[in-house]
Amino acid sequence: MAGRVWLRGGRVLDPASGRDGRADVLIENGRIAAIEDALEGVADAESVNAEGLWVAPGFVDLHAHLREPGQEYKEDIASGGRAAAAGGFTAVCCMANTDPVNDDPSVTDYILDRARKESPVRVLPVAAATKGLAGEVMTEMAALVAAGAVAFSDDGKTIMDSGMQRRVLEYSRLVEKPVMVHAEDRTLVRDGVVNEGAVSTRLGLPGNPAVAEIVHVARDLLLAELTGAHLHVAHVSTAGAVAHVREARARGVHVTAEVSPHHLTLTDEATLGYDPNTKMAPPLRGKDDVAACLQGLADGTIDAIATDHAPHAVHEKEVEFTAAPPGVLGFETAFAVVLELVRRGALTPLQLIASLSWNPARVLGLALGRLERGAAADLVLLDPARRWLYDPAEGFSKSRNSPWAGRELEGRVLATWVGGRLVYQQGRGVLAP
Amino acid sequence: MMGRGLLGIEDLEREDIELILDTAFHMKEVGRREVKKVPTLRGRTIINLFFEPSTRTRTSFEIAGKRLSADVVNFTPSASSLTKRESILDTAKTLDAMDPDAVVVRHNVAGVPKQIADQLAAPVINAGDGAHEHPTQALLDLMTVVEEKGRIDGLTVTIIGDIAHSRVARSDIYGFKKMGAEVRVVGPPTMMPAQVECLGVKFFRSLREALDGADVVMALRIQLERLAGALFPSVREYSATFGLDRAKLRYAKDDAIVMHPGPVNRGVELSHDLANRRPSVILDQVRNGVALRMAVLYLLAGQRRGVEEER
Amino acid sequence: MASDSPAKNRPATPSSAAPASAGVVLDDVAIQRALMRIAHELVERNEELGRLYLVGIPNGGPPLARQIAANLREIAGVDVTVGVLDTTLYRDDRLTGGIRPRLRRTEMPSAVDDRLVILVDDVASTGRTIRAAMDALMDFGRPRAVQVVALVDRGHRELPIKIDYVGKNIPTQRTDHVQLRERPGGDGMEVVLMQGRGAPS
Repeated sequence: MAGRVWLRGGRVLDPASGRDGRADVLIENGRIAAIEDALEGVADAESVNAEGLWVAPGFVDLHAHLREPGQEYKEDIASGGRAAAAGGFTAVCCMANTDPVNDDPSVTDYILDRARKESPVRVLPVAAATKGLAGEVMTEMAALVAAGAVAFSDDGKTIMDSGMQRRVLEYSRLVEKPVMVHAEDRTLVRDGVVNEGAVSTRLGLPGNPAVAEIVHVARDLLLAELTGAHLHVAHVSTAGAVAHVREARARGVHVTAEVSPHHLTLTDEATLGYDPNTKMAPPLRGKDDVAACLQGLADGTIDAIATDHAPHAVHEKEVEFTAAPPGVLGFETAFAVVLELVRRGALTPLQLIASLSWNPARVLGLALGRLERGAAADLVLLDPARRWLYDPAEGFSKSRNSPWAGRELEGRVLATWVGGRLVYQQGRGVLAP
Repeated sequence: MMGRGLLGIEDLEREDIELILDTAFHMKEVGRREVKKVPTLRGRTIINLFFEPSTRTRTSFEIAGKRLSADVVNFTPSASSLTKRESILDTAKTLDAMDPDAVVVRHNVAGVPKQIADQLAAPVINAGDGAHEHPTQALLDLMTVVEEKGRIDGLTVTIIGDIAHSRVARSDIYGFKKMGAEVRVVGPPTMMPAQVECLGVKFFRSLREALDGADVVMALRIQLERLAGALFPSVREYSATFGLDRAKLRYAKDDAIVMHPGPVNRGVELSHDLANRRPSVILDQVRNGVALRMAVLYLLAGQRRGVEEER
Repeated sequence: MASDSPAKNRPATPSSAAPASAGVVLDDVAIQRALMRIAHELVERNEELGRLYLVGIPNGGPPLARQIAANLREIAGVDVTVGVLDTTLYRDDRLTGGIRPRLRRTEMPSAVDDRLVILVDDVASTGRTIRAAMDALMDFGRPRAVQVVALVDRGHRELPIKIDYVGKNIPTQRTDHVQLRERPGGDGMEVVLMQGRGAPS
């Protein structure tokens, strides 16, 4: 199991060191033993021919919903972990809006226990910032970190009370963990379900204005500046939010940000057919917003791509648009979807891999996302040219809610290693735990 | 286009609208006969799937179907998928298995007729979906204007009211524009949809300017229950600023006609006096509704998706 | 709204590019002679001319009905009521190609109760148009009697329908197409037969 694996002749992409070129990688005892232009005399190793393929650090997802405990009919840690492995993710953060909410160390323990037993990939719990996500009482951040939480977030909800938000950010300095915010002023969103604009007018559906996100991003940045906390803006979707983050960063505010594959590649026009699998929170935005998010990713304003993998059961999505819960699957399509940005010339391959692995690891302050001697052997083998038809029914997630269902995608994960163990191989499926 | 159902005016070409209106005028003559019934849809089954209750529209469709000798079945499930065991799509699939010749759908959420049409082989006719479209209403409005004015090309149409929440407004805008009219919208700023001019209309802040030179004035219904206090401060203020009476109507052309999709909130959108008498043509709109719906059912019922043409 | 021009006589049939051989089987002179003879026959066979009610079936019937009414005025000095009755909503056809035939004008200036209705059609073949017209007529009221005029009877009856007054019998193949139309020059009408195309009516 923890034997030797020799990946030969692939294009090795390691953003941490800036390496982008042909090299061999040797894995031994769960760690990276060597990366050289060409290794000689390797004995007793499983040889993997990586010619024409990419070898990269395993992806780290800052934002996903594994739905366990409480909503296992949509997804659980086992199925979510498998889907993640198939998508090239070796570590995923799971959000706290479960049932019960992960606002207590006992729930964090439970999640980690389940992960140890059932998940082929690392699970990093994000604990709630307030009890029950109610926005009223802070959680026991120190205890939660001790139990294994890597960050805090009321994602799914927003802390509407600015005074409360300040306190949460202030208190987070105790544990120096990022506070991940779902920035959205509920009083501006009201019953909005699609981006407010020409598309919502045509659709006749209530609109969710961009300003709802921008107002809270601006607020939270000012509070982060005041408190010195690490603010992480989840799923950025608007040009205004990108601009505020850029400006705050330049001023020295400790802010990081993420963007989802769908907000980088789909506009609100995707909702014109009323398909609830195009309903997300925040909603798909206009062309200018998408362009701004892409620019933000390219210039480093946005650090990471995070999937916001949000499984919902088929019967929950097959309803009228306003009744459907927002959110779509993300793990298994992420690489192919964002690879499009490289093909378009908007990002270099190294930038893309950085936003999927090295940068998210740095947001969390964890020793992941880099290929260097001694580092844990979390890697992926990628075929950027492989074409495949995405059918969610054939994926590993329990749910099917994807806007890319039935589409032909280009770019596929061929194999995933976690701690030197092969956990996924395309064609053979998930191999561990 | 016409073969697959009628989900909205946005999808129609001018020729489609002209065909429907032409057919509707013929159907109006049927309504003037002693025996107001023709056998053309004999043996066809039409299902009225009204998730949102509406006696007026449903009755209009029912009479229309029966005048064409169709069998009309009313199906009124509870409105929300959340409160019933069967989701709307399950309902659609069940209906599809019963092989109807047309399904008329009304729901208070936009997009449901389209979602249902994607599941059915039978043509789906949108009887109103949320704030999206109400195509038969707009078509009967067009028909009424043609009757009154002889044409639509070159006319100026002013629509007053809660445009943001109005499916009638959207369908009317598409319909009147496709038939060559200039369309203006006016109402409280909080009731204008985002980027309204992307629909091809001219937005006015002042009622007086919006009415200047108008041939057709369409007053929309204000949903008092839902909106007073939130989107506009009071009914009194609405009626004073945007309510139509004879005095304000003078800003429009002398021979301007007044329309309203009904039911009218007397004293709010229209004064009592205007609601009941010329130049208001509201009752003509209702009368034309049956003929118009007969035309739509005649043109669409029995069409099937796919290659199969006849049985 | 709708056109009565004889040129739009039948629903369009799928056909090859150029018309096959088209021969004129009744020229304008022959048509006028036939319509005059039919008027005389109407006078001969019916006592109470005042009860006559000529009902033309679009598209070809109405101009013929008007001409017969003019002829009756000339030879018998009587003004008969003339109406137009579209039968589209009474047809027993299936949908072809998913397109509904366009409706045409119906104008019945008087009630049909107790009248002697003379249905006027241009080309009779299967009898289905006449049957549809009779069904429509019954929904308008209760005529005392119904008789049928057809300018051309081309045979191939599918229903037990009798034509009482025929302008001309023209034997045809089922696949032939017979049409009353305006003359290409513009003055007057003619009946042409096109071989190998079209559907009987």
